[in-house]
Amino acid sequence: MEKLLDKFEVGLFFWQLILFLALLFLLRKYAWKPILTSVINREDSIKEGLEAAENAKEQMRQLKEDNKALLAEARIERDQIVKEAREAKDKMISDAKETAKEEGAKMIEAAKSAIQAERNAAVTELKSQVAVLSIQIAEKIIKSEISSDAKQQEIISAAMQNAKLN
Amino acid sequence: MTGKKILFTLLFALFAIPFSLIASNESNNESALEGKDKTKSEIKAYINHHLEDSYDFSIWHAAGIEFPLPIILIDEGLQVFSSSKFHHGKTLAEHNGNFYKVYHNKIYKTDVEGTISIDPETNHPEQTKPLNFSITKNVMSIFLFGLLMFFIFRSVAKSYGEDQIPNKLGRFIEPLVIFVRDDIAIPNIGEKHYRRFMGYLLTVFFFIWFLNLGGMTPLGIGVTNNLAVTFCLAIITFIITTISGNKSYWGHIFWMPGVPAPMKIILAPIELLGIFIKPFALMIRLFANMTAGHVVMMSLIGLLYIFTNWFARGAFLGLTLFLSIIELLVAFLQAYIFTMLTALYFGGAVAEHDDHH
Repeated sequence: MEKLLDKFEVGLFFWQLILFLALLFLLRKYAWKPILTSVINREDSIKEGLEAAENAKEQMRQLKEDNKALLAEARIERDQIVKEAREAKDKMISDAKETAKEEGAKMIEAAKSAIQAERNAAVTELKSQVAVLSIQIAEKIIKSEISSDAKQQEIISAAMQNAKLN
Repeated sequence: MTGKKILFTLLFALFAIPFSLIASNESNNESALEGKDKTKSEIKAYINHHLEDSYDFSIWHAAGIEFPLPIILIDEGLQVFSSSKFHHGKTLAEHNGNFYKVYHNKIYKTDVEGTISIDPETNHPEQTKPLNFSITKNVMSIFLFGLLMFFIFRSVAKSYGEDQIPNKLGRFIEPLVIFVRDDIAIPNIGEKHYRRFMGYLLTVFFFIWFLNLGGMTPLGIGVTNNLAVTFCLAIITFIITTISGNKSYWGHIFWMPGVPAPMKIILAPIELLGIFIKPFALMIRLFANMTAGHVVMMSLIGLLYIFTNWFARGAFLGLTLFLSIIELLVAFLQAYIFTMLTALYFGGAVAEHDDHH
């Protein structure tokens, strides 16, 4: 211990203290501060970059998911539209059919009534024609029947016989 | 080549070169030596010399690559002169009419003859020791490594432009900075408070690590195996802990909640002692680890010169290489442990204890 103390040099201690403190001060100000600041800045920027990349990835994933959802939605919508169209078509066809049927029925009905009317008219016409003809025939017959007096006498007697005046 | 590769190559070179240099150093000395005992004492002296501070900066003594450093003494005013006056401690230095002598690596004020009289009781010289604030090799190393650290980290900090991507050096440094933050500061201090301690934790981590590594370079410096240096670091940790201590921290020291009153009285002095023991342990741990590492390494290198058997030399060379790699790990580990424990103490000081008891 005494030997150690004997070896202790005050001068060296003094210079070491001064030089070391000077070095400490200079390095702190001109070396460590800029180095550590740069290192920390770089670490931060790397961290930020990584975070941004992670975010972008997340966004990408989100976007993909959105796209998928959108696509699915579109598909459903398309199916819906197609279905609706089909339904509309069917409806239109059935409607048309219905209308046509109705129209046809109506037309038939109208035709029928027209025919009926025509027929009625024809029948009426026929009837009047027949009446006219009958009258003409009867006229002719009567004319021929009563052309002679004998005949007239005969008819009168027949009629007289039938008509019993009581 | 990438930055990492360059760094690994550099690190490899850092621990590979010392051997060659020390080897050349030693072989120069060895030729002059005779007998094993002399070699042994020579090696011991060499190790001690390596562990001690020096008044001049010698990079390669044998090749004469060395610089004198200023000697600063407080002795009737400031006395400043070059260490070259000592001629590596061999001669007396005269400055402003005063004479100084280096004895056991300490500077004593002597007379013109340079006499050092030893007090038989304390076994220390009787001559006065002026306050010594010399820029020694260790001080110079701290300054140079501090400068290096400042330029390295400043260039890294500057390279973070708009795109916040660092340069190649930064790509090596940044993981370490993040390591200190994510594995030392945040787990021990918590998200809420860690930021204000980051400056100190990073500085202390890199300071210890760099200087530990510096101790393995051919520069032959050993800053972190000086008690004064580790004491300085520990005391700063202690001061920051004490200043940052919140009510709960002091409450846990002086009046431990959740235990009976007599226990509180017993615990208070123990806890109080603890706040001094913690930084003390920090100081000793770093000092002892680095000193031990250097002693072991130098001893192993020294053994290469004691053994004449080439097989043994090869084995020790391998062992030295292996231990160098371990030391490289220890250099990092000690920096980590010091920073880790510092963060732990800070965490204890700022923790809010509402969540338990």
